[in-house]
Amino acid sequence: MPTLTINQKSITVPDGTTIIQAADKLDIEIPRYCYHPGLSIAGSCRMCLVEVERIPKLQPACNTRVSEGMVVHTNTEKVKEAVSGVLEFLLINHPLDCPVCDQAGECYLQEYYMKFGLYESRMDENKIKRHKAEVIGPHVILDTERCILCSRCVRFVNEVSHSHEIGIFNRGSQSEIRLLPGKVLDNNYSGNVVDICPVGALTDRGFRFQCRVWYLSETNSICPGCSRGCNISIHSNRQRPHHAEGRRVVRLKPRFNAEVNHWWICDEGRYGYKFIDDPSRISLARVKEKGEFLVLTLDQAIGRAGQKLKEALERAGRDSVVVIASPQLANEDLFVIRKFWGEDLGLSQIDFRIPNQNPARGDDFLLRADRNPNTRGAEAILLDENGFDLTQLLRREDSRKFQLLCLFGQDLTKKLGVPWAEKFLQQFEYVIYVGSNENETSALSHLILPSATYAETEGTFTNFEGRVQKIDQAVEPLGDSLPTWETVSKLARALGYGYDYDNAEEIFGELAERVVEFQNLAYEKIGDSGVEITDVSKMQVK
Amino acid sequence: MPELVILRDVQDSERRHIEDYLKVGGYQTLRKVLLELKPEQVVDEVKKSGLRGRGGAGFPTGIKWSFIPRNVDKPKYLVVNADESEPGTCKDRVIIERNPHLLMEGIVMGSYAIGAHRCYLYIRGEYYEQAQILNRAIEEAYQHDFLGKDILGSRYDLDVYLHRGAGAYICGEETGLLESLEGKKGWPRLKPPFPAVVGLYGCPTVINNVETLAAVPRIMERGGDWFASLGSPKNGGTRLFAVSGHVNKPGTYELPLGIPLREIIFNYAGGIKDHKELKAVIPGGSSCPILTADEIDVKMDFDSVAAIGSMLGSGGVVVMNEETCMVKVLLRIAKFYAHESCGQCTPCREGTTWLKNILQRVNDGQGRPKDLHHLMGIAFNMIRTTICPLGDAAALPVRSFIQKFRKEFEYHVHQKACDVAQVMV
Repeated sequence: MPTLTINQKSITVPDGTTIIQAADKLDIEIPRYCYHPGLSIAGSCRMCLVEVERIPKLQPACNTRVSEGMVVHTNTEKVKEAVSGVLEFLLINHPLDCPVCDQAGECYLQEYYMKFGLYESRMDENKIKRHKAEVIGPHVILDTERCILCSRCVRFVNEVSHSHEIGIFNRGSQSEIRLLPGKVLDNNYSGNVVDICPVGALTDRGFRFQCRVWYLSETNSICPGCSRGCNISIHSNRQRPHHAEGRRVVRLKPRFNAEVNHWWICDEGRYGYKFIDDPSRISLARVKEKGEFLVLTLDQAIGRAGQKLKEALERAGRDSVVVIASPQLANEDLFVIRKFWGEDLGLSQIDFRIPNQNPARGDDFLLRADRNPNTRGAEAILLDENGFDLTQLLRREDSRKFQLLCLFGQDLTKKLGVPWAEKFLQQFEYVIYVGSNENETSALSHLILPSATYAETEGTFTNFEGRVQKIDQAVEPLGDSLPTWETVSKLARALGYGYDYDNAEEIFGELAERVVEFQNLAYEKIGDSGVEITDVSKMQVK
Repeated sequence: MPELVILRDVQDSERRHIEDYLKVGGYQTLRKVLLELKPEQVVDEVKKSGLRGRGGAGFPTGIKWSFIPRNVDKPKYLVVNADESEPGTCKDRVIIERNPHLLMEGIVMGSYAIGAHRCYLYIRGEYYEQAQILNRAIEEAYQHDFLGKDILGSRYDLDVYLHRGAGAYICGEETGLLESLEGKKGWPRLKPPFPAVVGLYGCPTVINNVETLAAVPRIMERGGDWFASLGSPKNGGTRLFAVSGHVNKPGTYELPLGIPLREIIFNYAGGIKDHKELKAVIPGGSSCPILTADEIDVKMDFDSVAAIGSMLGSGGVVVMNEETCMVKVLLRIAKFYAHESCGQCTPCREGTTWLKNILQRVNDGQGRPKDLHHLMGIAFNMIRTTICPLGDAAALPVRSFIQKFRKEFEYHVHQKACDVAQVMV
């Protein structure tokens, strides 16, 4: 554990730590382009040069390991001169097209020029012309004039995605990032190269010219795309509603979590946000009258749902009602569903598992075959000893009719296929669909209640490893839509139960008291990187 | 005539074939080394000799060898750098053409000293004929039991492989060479780790120049003290100076280290051609800062040349007479480095081309008042900031040419013409 000082600040770090890592811990900014903690050391940009006492030459902080008693300076004249010189070299052939560059505002050429440059330009020669605006894959566009050849993207495709699509070709000032012959930057992690590109060389085709980044707000969340629970940041545009064709959520970015996804997310997750502002969103409650859907106010719709539920229970009892929840819902939603339908109404036919006729595949990196963010939470909260299994109900052949089905967000037609879904739904006198987007299943239901998406609500998901992670609200619920726990609470109140939760935190507190896996957890302690639930199976083994 | 070491027995002839080399006692010392000496003793003798790397950096060879860790499980490698590409340099070529078995003998001794059982000989692609000579020498050495298994009954094994480069100057930089040898793009590596610890295929590796290894059989034959006595203090032995340019007798001369540059030019290379005046000399290949005619009394050893701000480098002495336009020469050098920069690190990739472009303008009569100031500043920013020495190699000449011949450069900038050319007219 060597102790060193950087700019007179002392720190003790583990063996093998580099100067740049030690400086990061001390919050001393050392500029860098090629260095990225998730990639191998290239040492080629030469921006992180620092002065180390007793070593005559400036040393790259990214490749220099600390040693006992090392004295490092990052702000001497010698360092400033070298760094500003390197920056000048990087900029001489740069097109300076910031006004039309998506990266402007989050570009490290801009950032470092203001911090470490600020020299008068002495470049009088013609700039080198290179390839511009080349589509190199389904999600990424390349501008080699803006490229500073830091090689982060090349190292990413070699070391992280192992897909080897791009490389640096030619030599000297003719060097350029190019696709390898016959290759396209088409792998499920391709979007990450846009994140790690420190300049505007690699930009996102979907985000291109949609919105200036300084109008964006960032909200911490969890990717709902699979059970991995990758940490993300939702970038939403609330300041310029006329941009990006009115879409509020304009992009997702990965957020570092050493226990889950490090710096990365897959493309399926990254580009899976479009349903949030899709025209298929259900913003108002609707009821089917003579084959046509008519708009209701939310209160009317809740009243109608309550009335149908009361009638069903009175007419045919608890076994005539079935609830299909969803592993897409947050722990808090699921808990309120369990509490109202299961505990207060005493229903036993509550499940969330639907056999998927077209199961998805995972990969050997982040993407999991289970495309739901909260299966583990749903299992812990909804499944109990009575052993109700929806699959048996789905497969049953007798003709007894049920009174009511309350379906939360799951598109049965997609998972079961249309004939099977239709046959199943026909067993119910009345189907209530609570969801965020229209689909074939909602079209087959009788009453539709609008619910908020994960980006419009707060709560928690439990990933496949039992990590409880928080989602924050990025944008307001669209139209009359509500978080599912709130919809259920309203319904409960309509039936005379006292549900007056104010927020997800309050529900989580009750959840932690009532569900054994969540014992000892507290909402405010989940933080940015999540906490682990108790593994009940392991408890029993002990 | 000073004593010849490397070119002994071959000053007027070639001894390409092993019989010719054996006739003059070739491989006799190897027998003694392998059968009677321990590897450590070879290293000690070379340390004693004061032999310093002949590739350009002048690092003491015995010390370099002693950096190889003794007790590791990994294989160790000797890599021979025959990628002779520094403009003005053609000494290794002479050794390969005239005395390839001297190199082979040195290779076996060097490999034995560091405990390597594999040696890779990396030769520049343009040396096609020389590669054939070496391939034949390797084959002959195998046939005569100087390579292969249990060499001369010593239980020491060594295999030598020849690899031809594909024409990039940067592959003469030792870690660029290793990358190229591994089948990758010739991008120099970051140091540390140094090749002695993490070299070829991640194993301890020594990279030696051809001329360096060719000196080893002589050192082992006649002793380190003898070799050291040939040169100047801390600069043992002789060097092959490749003299080119405006001299009467250009050629490769083997002379003791420490000989005054004036003697090389005027005594051995026959003085300046056509009775012209000497103007400038590059003492050790194109990357070395230039010397003026007033500086040629310098002793040609690593330390003395460094003391006056240049480098002995690879021993390529380029002589220029009074009619040489220094702007043109510098432009030619700048073009070379811009073409050969590998592009890996920023200052060299961008700086070399920028320097070249400004110099081209100055040469073309389109110089601007601030150009010289900018050239000095750009070169300054390249020095000390790059991964490998190519950045320095490109920048140092720029600074030294402008410092020492500023008037000539200013004339180009302000008069949009060459005053040397006017003199000539």
